[in-house]
Parts: sequence; C-alpha cells; structure tokens
Amino acid sequence: MSNAGQDAPLRVVLAKLGLDGHDRGLKVVARILRDAGMEVIYLGLRQTAASIVEAAEQEDADAIGLSMHNAGHLTLAPTMVQALRDADLHTPVIVGGIVPDVDVDELLEAGVAAVLGPGASAAEVAQTVRDAAAVGS
Amino acid sequence: MAANDRTDSSSEAHAAYRAAYEKASLRDVPFETMSGVPVDPVYGEAPYPGQYPYTRGVYPSMYRSRLWTMRMFAGFGTATDTNTRFKEILRNGGTGLSTAFDMPTLMGRDSNSHWALGEVGRAGVAVDTLADMEDLFADIDLSGVSTSMTINGPAAIVMAMYIAVAEKNGVARKDLAGTIQNDIFKEYQAQKEYIYPPRPSVRIVTDMLRFTSAEMPRWHPVSISGYHIREAGSTAAQELAFTLANGFAYVEAAVAAGIDVDEFAGRLSFFFNSHSDFFEEIGKFRAARRIWARWMKERYGATSERSMLCRFHTQTAGVSLTAQQPENNIARVAIQALAGALGGTQSLHTDSFDEALALPSEKAARIALRTQQVVAHETGVANVADPLGGSHYVEWMTDEMERQAEAIFTHLEELGSGSILEGVYMGIENGYFVGEIADAAYRFEREVNDGRRIIVGVNEFTDGNEDDNSELLRIGHEVEELQLKRLAEVKQRRDDEAVARALAEVTAAAASPETNMMPPILDAVGTYATLEEVVMAMESVFGTYVEKAII
Repeated sequence: MSNAGQDAPLRVVLAKLGLDGHDRGLKVVARILRDAGMEVIYLGLRQTAASIVEAAEQEDADAIGLSMHNAGHLTLAPTMVQALRDADLHTPVIVGGIVPDVDVDELLEAGVAAVLGPGASAAEVAQTVRDAAAVGS
Repeated sequence: MAANDRTDSSSEAHAAYRAAYEKASLRDVPFETMSGVPVDPVYGEAPYPGQYPYTRGVYPSMYRSRLWTMRMFAGFGTATDTNTRFKEILRNGGTGLSTAFDMPTLMGRDSNSHWALGEVGRAGVAVDTLADMEDLFADIDLSGVSTSMTINGPAAIVMAMYIAVAEKNGVARKDLAGTIQNDIFKEYQAQKEYIYPPRPSVRIVTDMLRFTSAEMPRWHPVSISGYHIREAGSTAAQELAFTLANGFAYVEAAVAAGIDVDEFAGRLSFFFNSHSDFFEEIGKFRAARRIWARWMKERYGATSERSMLCRFHTQTAGVSLTAQQPENNIARVAIQALAGALGGTQSLHTDSFDEALALPSEKAARIALRTQQVVAHETGVANVADPLGGSHYVEWMTDEMERQAEAIFTHLEELGSGSILEGVYMGIENGYFVGEIADAAYRFEREVNDGRRIIVGVNEFTDGNEDDNSELLRIGHEVEELQLKRLAEVKQRRDDEAVARALAEVTAAAASPETNMMPPILDAVGTYATLEEVVMAMESVFGTYVEKAII
C-alpha cells in the first residue's frame, strides 16, 4: 500500500490458492511483472487465504494475483477478499486463469479488483496490476 | 545415434514383415483409396512396422487390424453424473472409459476437507470412499471395458477401490483391463499433484508393479506421461526426453527392487501430447518408439519384445485451445488428432473445443469424438502403416528429436552419476525440470506476445472474437452438498473399529519397506475407509512433499 508511489517498485504477491496445481500461467505472469519492473513475491502452490493474507501483510504488498484453473473461482476468490477485509487489508486482488466471461461480474461484485483472461498480452497484464494497485492504495 | 538399424537385408526383412502381417487378423473394410485403388499395408524400407526398433510402428498391421482406441476422458459432478456420461460414451461407439477425478481426490483429500472448498466435483468426479466408486461404475460390466484412471498421488488407493468394485460384482482382478496413470515423477516436474516425497512415492509405484505383475496381467500399472510436461510449457523434445527418462527411472527402481525387467516392462505404457506443429509431433512419436526399444534392449537387457514396445496414448493439446473464437479449436484438434494417427498412437483423446473455457459440454465432447472418427474412417490414413516413413523431412525430424532427447539423457546421467533414476531424483530436487519447463513456457509466451508466433484469434485474425458462454457446462454448488451428504452417510454405517484396524495395518506396511502396500490398502478400502484416511495412514510414515517456489 505504501509502495504504490511513482518511484518505489510495486510489490505483488502471486499465489495459487487451494489445491489447483496449474502454475504455468502464474509463472509466466511472475516473469512479465518482473520484466515490467515490479517486485514479485511468488508464494507458489497450495496456499490458503490465511497464508496469503500473512504474506500480503509482511511484504506490504500493493496487489495480490491469484491464478485459478479449476472452476473454483466463484468460491475461492470471494473467500480471499473476505479474509483480507477481516485482516483490515485492502490489497487489491486480481484473478487470472480460466474464468468464463459470465462469471466476471460476480467476481467484481465480490470485491475482486480485476479479472485477466487467457490471451491477455504482457502489457495488459502489467497495466491491470498498476491500475488495481493505484485504486487499492 | 540416429541410425536406422538397417542391418537386415531388405528382402529378408520384407519377407519377415509379410509373414507377420499375414498372421494378423484384419478389419473387414476395403484397403483402397476413395477412388478404388488398392493400397499396400506399408511402403518403403525396412525395418518395417513391428520390427525393431519399431520406429515405424509397434505392430505389423497397425490400424488395419484395429483402429486406435477412441478413449474420451470424462468426469464431473457426482459419481452418478459421470456414470451417466460413461454409458453415453459406450453407446456412442467409444471403446474405452477414461476417468477424471476432482482436485481433492487427486490430492488425496476428502470432500469435507478444508482444502476441498470450492473444488468438489468441479474438475472431475469426487471419490471419497468405495461407495463412490460403486456408483461410478454401476451397471457397467468391468470385464468388458478397458478403464483408464487418471490419478497419481493416491493411485494405489483408487486402484484398490476399482478392484474392490469389480470383485463385488463377480469380476476377478485378473480379468480387469485398463490403465492407472500412477506416474509420480511428472507430478514433481509438471502437474504438481504429489503427496509424499519422491522416494516413498516410488516405493508405492514399485509395489504396484509387483502386485499387478503377479495378479493383474491385463492391467497397465503406470502410464508414463509427457502430456502434462508439455502442457506445463515444455518443448516437444523435452516432453519426449523427460517422459522416457522417467520411464527409464521406473525401470531402474523396479529392477533395484528385485523385479525382472521382462516381468513388468511389457505393461508400461506412455501418454504423449499432440500439439499443433504437425511434423515435429510425428517425429517425436516415431523417435519415442526407437529410443525406448533401444534403451530397453541395450541398456536394461530386456529380451521380451513387449518390453521394447513403446505403446502410447495421445491427447490433443489442451493448452493450444483458445478461449477466443473457440470453434476454431475444432480445426486444431483435427490436425493434432491426425498427427497422432500418423504417429502410430494406440489410443487417442480429442479435446472438446470449449475446454479453454470450462469442462466440456455434451455437444462439444461429441464433436471431439466425431473428429477422430472422421480421421479414422474417412481420410484413409488407417490403411497404411507409417505412411510418412521415408519422407526426408519426417526422417530428419525423427533423428533430430532423438538427438535432442539423447543430449538430455546424458545430462541426467551426469546428474545421477550414471543412474537415470538418481538423475531424475536430483533434477526434481535441484529444480532442473521445473526450470527448463518454465523457461520454455516463457519463451513461447514472449513470441506470441511479440507477434513472432501467430495464434489465430489471439494475436491475429481477431475479427469475430465475440464471446458466447451460453452453452458451457456449469457445475452447481449442489454437487458439493450431495457429496458431503453421501460421505457422512457412508461414515455413519461403516464399522469404525474395522476401519481403524485396517488403517493401522496400512501404517505398519508403510513402515516396513519389505511389505507390499497393496494388500493392506485393499483391506482398508473394503472397510469404507476414506481416501484421505488411507492417505494419512501412509503420510504418518512417509511425510509430505513441499515444492520450492521457483519462477
């Protein structure tokens, strides 16, 4: 939150929430954001909402990126947002992966900052994170 | 290393080929072109299909005798939902069943675990106890189908449940035909559905090899899978090399456990990806057969022909499917399916065009099956074995794939001080596999992003990218509720003392490396112990594996 200013690089926590092991996309996103000058805190697989909240707090994250490929997004993403709110954090949550268009509104209503679909370009990915961090800070 | 082993005199090899071909029974269809021109079963030079090193195919008559098995993967919602889909597949001319399990099941967790939240029944079917397996295969004669089960970490437990269902229905385990994926190495490398650390996991695999060798002659206890390695981002050559290296590693582990190579190697099978670069894929399939045959014969001393045959299942590349203009995926799948057929696959799964968006809808799954039926019955490719053999380009590509794979084997041998098994363990521990795969995935994404590689509908030809999700398969929350209710009912009516006794036996077996894990696991699932209970009974001895987070 405090790092969203113009000079300090944005700090982004990336994680796979739950059991889903599809980490190709998230690893690519990690490199895209690093190439775009951000600091990536890559938590990797099998994270819980609690472990992500803890990391976001400790790392003073400007944004959290979750990758979801197992059709669990409508349950897991709102759980994540709620866990952050319960910890009094307002770190924006960006969801990427396989999310059908018809689910996007429901996720946004649940407090997700943005949803990135498959085929998003590197520039779109970086800009979405910047925009979300700017609003969230 | 790219020699073709053309040692037989050409005419001798051809005579041997003819003799073998004439012994095969053939399908009752005309082997001629659409215009009525009769065609030979094979063209070109020795070694012919069915002859070492099997570059041109594992059987002399190939698809003239039997088309590839059209094996479609299905699994969603409750076991009863999937059972309905299975019966539909059998009615529609499918010849094998393939089961997808949901994430909690794949990770050995019950539906009521906190880890299962939001995942129950979503990416496949939920199996908590033997009762779910009974529902999954209800009213299907298990002696008459071949069943493929895609599960790895808890494979031993799920295989035990399948045996238990069959035996309850009067089908003996020796009559069961099918495959359980059970390829734990690629989990650490790519798919990430591991439970225990590599070494105890491999001990369970070797126990299963021993058990099936003795009791289940029609069962394939490991399907060594490159599919997921490719989906995770590897190149074709890495897919080929990592997969075969994993195969060599299982062979070394089993031999070290005292099992004779020819006792199990003939029932090892493989699973490859078929991606969009047509000739690269075909070269990869041909090279896989040649490399496996040579290593099995020359390095591992196999003498049975079956031990040398690289028989494989193929699935079209899920990762190639685009969410943009999803109908275009039908064309991609058709081309990839054709590559699989030209590459000599033994079975094929064709992806549904809507899989970049959700699990396949019924209509999309039917189109996918129809696509391979078109390839099989309308194109004539099934008439002639290895029809591309002898093409300068295809032969070069085959050699090139082999050359790249051999370079990777050399690296792994160095890592393992001469042992591929130790090299694979080392490559898992030091991040070699995940690093190589992530590098290749990133390179590909950069090329797409920079426009150097065109993906139709994604970075070019994007007119028409309006989305229509109206027919996607949606799994409701009621599946989770139904499953939790089912689990609670089963736990209610089982004999808890019998469960506890059986689980203690599983733990004791885990702690005793000389004991085969399969009999106590079979006893445990028979008491309706849950999947997670059996997993935990072993975990208390084996521990868990946590991946180092590497980008």
